[in-house]
Amino acid sequence: MTAAQKTAALTIERLRMSIGGHDVLHGVDLTLEAGRVHGLAGESGSGKTMTGLAVLGLLPHGSRASGRIAFGGRDLLEMPARELNEVRGAKIAMVFQDPATSLHPMLTVERQLTEHMRHHLGIGRKEARERAAGLLAKVRIPGPEEALKRYPHQFSGGMRQRIAIAVALACEPEVLIADEPTTALDVTVQAGILRLLRGLCDDLGLAVLLVTHDLGVMSAVADEVSVMKDGLVVETGPRGQVLREPRHPYTRSLLDALPVPPGENSP
Amino acid sequence: MKRAGLFARSRVSRLPQAWRRPLAVVGTVVALAWIVVALAAPVLAPHDPLAQELPRLAPPGPGHWLGTDQLGRDILSRIMYGARVSIPLTLLLVALSVAVGGLLGACAGYFGRWVDETIMRLADLVFAFPTVILAMVVAAALGASLGNAVLAVLVVAWPAYARVTRGLVLGVRAREFVLSGRLLGFSAWRSLRVDVLPNVTGPVLVLATLDIGTALLLLSGLSFLGLGAKPPSPEWGAMVAAGVDVFDSWWVATFPGLAILTVVLAFNFLGDTLRDALDPRTAGAIKERAL
Amino acid sequence: MTMPLTGPLLSVEDLVVEHRTPGRPVVRAVAGTGLHVAAGEVVGLVGESGCGKSTLARAVCGLHGAASGRILIGGHPVTPLGLRRRDPALTGVQMVFQDPYSSLNPRRRVGAQIADGLRTAGDTTTSPADLLERVGLPRAFAGRYPHEFSGGQRQRVAIARALAARPSLLIGDEPISALDASAQAQVARLMRDLAVESGAGLLFISHDLSVVRLIADRIAVMYLGKVVETGPTAEVWADPKHPYTRALLAAIPSPDGAGVLPAELPGDVPDPADPPAGCRFHPRCPFVMDVCREREPLGGSAQFGPVACWLHEPEPSSPS
Repeated sequence: MTAAQKTAALTIERLRMSIGGHDVLHGVDLTLEAGRVHGLAGESGSGKTMTGLAVLGLLPHGSRASGRIAFGGRDLLEMPARELNEVRGAKIAMVFQDPATSLHPMLTVERQLTEHMRHHLGIGRKEARERAAGLLAKVRIPGPEEALKRYPHQFSGGMRQRIAIAVALACEPEVLIADEPTTALDVTVQAGILRLLRGLCDDLGLAVLLVTHDLGVMSAVADEVSVMKDGLVVETGPRGQVLREPRHPYTRSLLDALPVPPGENSP
Repeated sequence: MKRAGLFARSRVSRLPQAWRRPLAVVGTVVALAWIVVALAAPVLAPHDPLAQELPRLAPPGPGHWLGTDQLGRDILSRIMYGARVSIPLTLLLVALSVAVGGLLGACAGYFGRWVDETIMRLADLVFAFPTVILAMVVAAALGASLGNAVLAVLVVAWPAYARVTRGLVLGVRAREFVLSGRLLGFSAWRSLRVDVLPNVTGPVLVLATLDIGTALLLLSGLSFLGLGAKPPSPEWGAMVAAGVDVFDSWWVATFPGLAILTVVLAFNFLGDTLRDALDPRTAGAIKERAL
Repeated sequence: MTMPLTGPLLSVEDLVVEHRTPGRPVVRAVAGTGLHVAAGEVVGLVGESGCGKSTLARAVCGLHGAASGRILIGGHPVTPLGLRRRDPALTGVQMVFQDPYSSLNPRRRVGAQIADGLRTAGDTTTSPADLLERVGLPRAFAGRYPHEFSGGQRQRVAIARALAARPSLLIGDEPISALDASAQAQVARLMRDLAVESGAGLLFISHDLSVVRLIADRIAVMYLGKVVETGPTAEVWADPKHPYTRALLAAIPSPDGAGVLPAELPGDVPDPADPPAGCRFHPRCPFVMDVCREREPLGGSAQFGPVACWLHEPEPSSPS
């Protein structure tokens, strides 16, 4: 990765969105930096998932967005649909909550990995296959060559999420949006996925937007934390500051409502 | 709307919403039109359907708007009278197939084990023979009459419904609300009736409406082979088959064929509408869109 | 712990439940284990997905036949639910399932579905609306269909239906795992409050230890078909004995802002069709000893106390 990427990879400015005349985002500002994990916290309905979808240009039917999402010198909101399709999936990729539904159940892991690459990168079958095996090794799937021939249902939930991450990484994106990537997983498996995400971010210089309701997850991997409420970012700051000395009363109330008070379970 | 008990409000207020869509209207109008034609055929038909009084193979023109066949009978009149034969018999046939196949399939899927084995092997047995041949054999064994033709087609038609219903029931049976019902002490029969069947009727109903065309054609085929409607009686399928012999006179086969097509389409639209109207989820969605 | 003379409400002993699929090896989802729930007690059963906790719950309801072992509800043996109507003596066990989108019949109004529960209890004085009120929903919702509700509301309706049958034991099989974070703790607390209020026992199954900790009096930790540790919630939380329990607790990320990645438990859960010899946890255990590879510590037996681990083998002389 080049040194130029050590600056802002993607900037969201005054993003507003309404669905059917109903405002869901009231001017969101966020900056994602290469090699950093930016956590986006908030309860359901706060607009955190909508923000993630807007970055991908996946606006729900009947919605209108204004503001600016700057990526590589362009505004994604202004970009024609065809160009946006090229950016989405190749430059900006997404990992969803449930690996059971985000992977196609009838296609082998190889097809799911290579289809993307061959479409976006225009490479041959053989090269795509080699890269796919490399990707699986990178997300630490044991026996990558063998794994390519198998179907998603033949893997455990954690392994499936690793594969989904591999699919997202297939076209060497610069930005990765992870929407509750560990919510459907067991805690022991979650720990592995969090370590993987952190490692990929550090090694590949990815800019990661981690959308999660789990402040524990946030505390473990995020460098910066933004807290959303009712379509607004109410607080942004370094992880340590936001989680230890929150400035906004809403952040304070979120921390107070936790079943595990901070710092209690350090074995 | 009325504010009576738990169930009173539903169907009354909901049906009209689903029935207001264009395709539903078209389906209803066409189906109603055919029923009127069937009922009023003696009044509406310009000629006697059996009278061989017009020039043979005359193209459509004044006095015989849809032409005449090779025996000089008026095709328009024959189609009108044919509606009295084809439509009620086809509907009866499909209704019987759904009832027999659906019930057997539901039992096979819900009760499993030997019930499933017995019913599904029986279905496989029927599937193993070519449909038309088996229907012919059954019809021939029972003796040539329209009623027996219906029975013969029923014998070959029920397994399709049994299979589809069984598959759907297997899917619904394992769902959590069915288990909850059983845990509350529902008998198997009540569980099947209250929790399972209402959740499989939609797809079966749609299959049935799609099947109306096949059933109509199969009945007609038997008529053509002399195992169903007797030759002079104006049955649509028999008319199409007869028209194939005189290919140059396109109107002989085309108009009865169009009659079959419109009936099939009308019932497909009706089937879709019925499915949506019966499902609270889609009924609600339609309501929101309409408002 | 001392058992009251009448015995516990639910008593599971040496239960084995097997999944048989033609052409595949038999899977022992529950591999000979025990569990007790007293009336008015809330027991949290935790473990990773696939550890057999749901199968155990289903066996208690009679939805799965037991290959061997005993399940007693108030002294009455549980028989598998076949085609016959459920034994009225067993309708005191009701379950709230995981998926809020399949736990209610989409074709029926929720009021009618709650009324089914009332009929089971022979209750003619309570109305479905009363129960909706108890689970925190407006009375008028009885006339609505399930698709008009959010996931959390559907689970409340499912709880109302189960409560309508006046259960002596309520089982929640991951009832909150499909809900929004904000709804999870609420629904879990609601289940606890309603169960305790009505004097019923609650067996709450979840993979989320932090929520179980909120509501359970006692925790049972299950691994690969066996309960490996049981104990009062606070004790297990503060001082987990079994290495697996320790790993589970250590994997919960703490929201302290320190940026500490939670400890990863290496390896995958082994195939339950082919469990490792000796202690089932030994291939992943950081404290594995020779004895662990050869002999299985039988938790809950005379030899072992509430912790099935060779590290915590009680001294033969001192009864614990």
